[in-house]
Amino acid sequence: MNRVTLIALQLLVGVAFLLVWHLLTTVPVADGKPLFAPFFFSTPLEVLARTWKDFASGEIWRHLGITLLETVLAFAIGAAGGIVVGFAFARRELLAAVFDPYVKAANALPRVVLAPIFALWFGLGIWSKVALGFTLVFFIVFFNVYQGVKEVSPTVLANARMLGMNERQLLRHVYWPAALTWMFSSLHTSVGFALVGAVVGEYLGSAGGLGYKIHEAESVFDVTGVFSGMVILTIFVIVLDTFVTAIENRLLVWRPDTAAKTA
Amino acid sequence: MSQGAALPVQSPSASAAAAARPDVCLRGLDITFALKTGELHAAVKNIDLDIAPGEFVTIVGPTGCGKSTLLNATAGLLKPSAGHVEIQGAALNGLNGKAGYLFQADALMPWKTAIDNVAVALEPMGVPKAEALQRAQDWLARVGLKGFAQRYPHMLSGGQRKRVALAQMLIRDPQILLMDEPFGPLDAQTRQIMGNLLLDLWAANKKAVMFVTHDLEEAIALSDRVVVMSAGPAAGIVGDFRVELPRPRDIAEIRTEPAFHAIHKAIWASLRVEVQKAYSQGEEAQQ
Repeated sequence: MNRVTLIALQLLVGVAFLLVWHLLTTVPVADGKPLFAPFFFSTPLEVLARTWKDFASGEIWRHLGITLLETVLAFAIGAAGGIVVGFAFARRELLAAVFDPYVKAANALPRVVLAPIFALWFGLGIWSKVALGFTLVFFIVFFNVYQGVKEVSPTVLANARMLGMNERQLLRHVYWPAALTWMFSSLHTSVGFALVGAVVGEYLGSAGGLGYKIHEAESVFDVTGVFSGMVILTIFVIVLDTFVTAIENRLLVWRPDTAAKTA
Repeated sequence: MSQGAALPVQSPSASAAAAARPDVCLRGLDITFALKTGELHAAVKNIDLDIAPGEFVTIVGPTGCGKSTLLNATAGLLKPSAGHVEIQGAALNGLNGKAGYLFQADALMPWKTAIDNVAVALEPMGVPKAEALQRAQDWLARVGLKGFAQRYPHMLSGGQRKRVALAQMLIRDPQILLMDEPFGPLDAQTRQIMGNLLLDLWAANKKAVMFVTHDLEEAIALSDRVVVMSAGPAAGIVGDFRVELPRPRDIAEIRTEPAFHAIHKAIWASLRVEVQKAYSQGEEAQQ
């Protein structure tokens, strides 16, 4: 199937969905009311109008900025921590063996239950959200880096050693690039989780951000506001993901083009 | 067992050097692995082997006879359980820094371009980056990859990757070349081309070579000496044959010469027994 047909079909699905939604919430049936009450389901046009208004008034930018900052911080700190600990564990067998049950236990814990604790520790500002995002990102990056360093091709490693590389050179030319590959292969997931941490944290208690905005609308039964918040969140995710794909394609040029395709 | 290894080793071109000490000297080498089941598996037993400077020695033997194990012990990647390895008269301790190793599997760093893969081999020697790149470019040209410097390994064919690996090994000018079925994964034509390239490069600057293969024709075409190993476990050396064919050789053409056939026949007589032994062992293992 060629590209144009595919895009046309993809658009068709979206348009059909909106159309059904529109018809069900606006066209009156038997008793003069639409089948789905707009109070509960809103309407596509209202959601669009609200989204437009939020952007036009500039009010949304503050929330977007807060969520973006939290996401970036959670990702950066989580990734840095995951890389350092992943490397240390992969290169020091004993460390990995001793901490193994604790790492598994910590990772098994549903992170949402930590949100109130973090709010208590770090307050209702951005840092409690960054902390929540960190606990999600850290483990993804940690496991991938650990795996990446452990699973360096033994032949590539033996070859590098036969070329006379010392530990520092091995780290730079073999272990580090191998670990980065694995980290980047999970980039979409970890950035996604950083965002989840931020939004969930905002949702559970904050004074700004997209999660806050959605929660605020929910608490006054403003369904249009909730849907509008979701639309903005979706746009935000798509933009962020496009950005990540661009970075990934730049950094992993040496790979056969599987990376670009799974994006 | 090893009738030939004890003979004085002399190739016409390197007789003066050969009179001195060998580049590689294996004495009473035993290598035993602990299997996952806990039992011990003796891969090779009581190996004596000398390789003179500038001598091209090929080790042939049935699959699983421990040829690669022997190579890894010489490289220092593997510690022998008994016996010792001497490199240019000095006992080997740790990795063999005088040797270059060409692996059977892809050993290039996939995240580096062809030229970076070759140039990085000079980094441990302290060569400045700019000079390393310059010399890497020269080496890529010598292995026939002039226009491929900026390609990543996955953008090269199997034969091209082997050429890069060859340049990566040779740029350091190692005294001893260890090769573990390096052309095994390649198709027949590419193998011949690579064999000729290897002989050309080797002839320009003769080093001791320890080359492992299961392909007897390849072994004879390339080497000065062919060493036959017995079927494992506890494989030993059962034959040591000198290949007195004139150089320079062409890998493809030399196979048609009568002298080649005579040597092939003699070695095969010794190798065939071992191959059959290994085969029947494999059959038993499957039952």
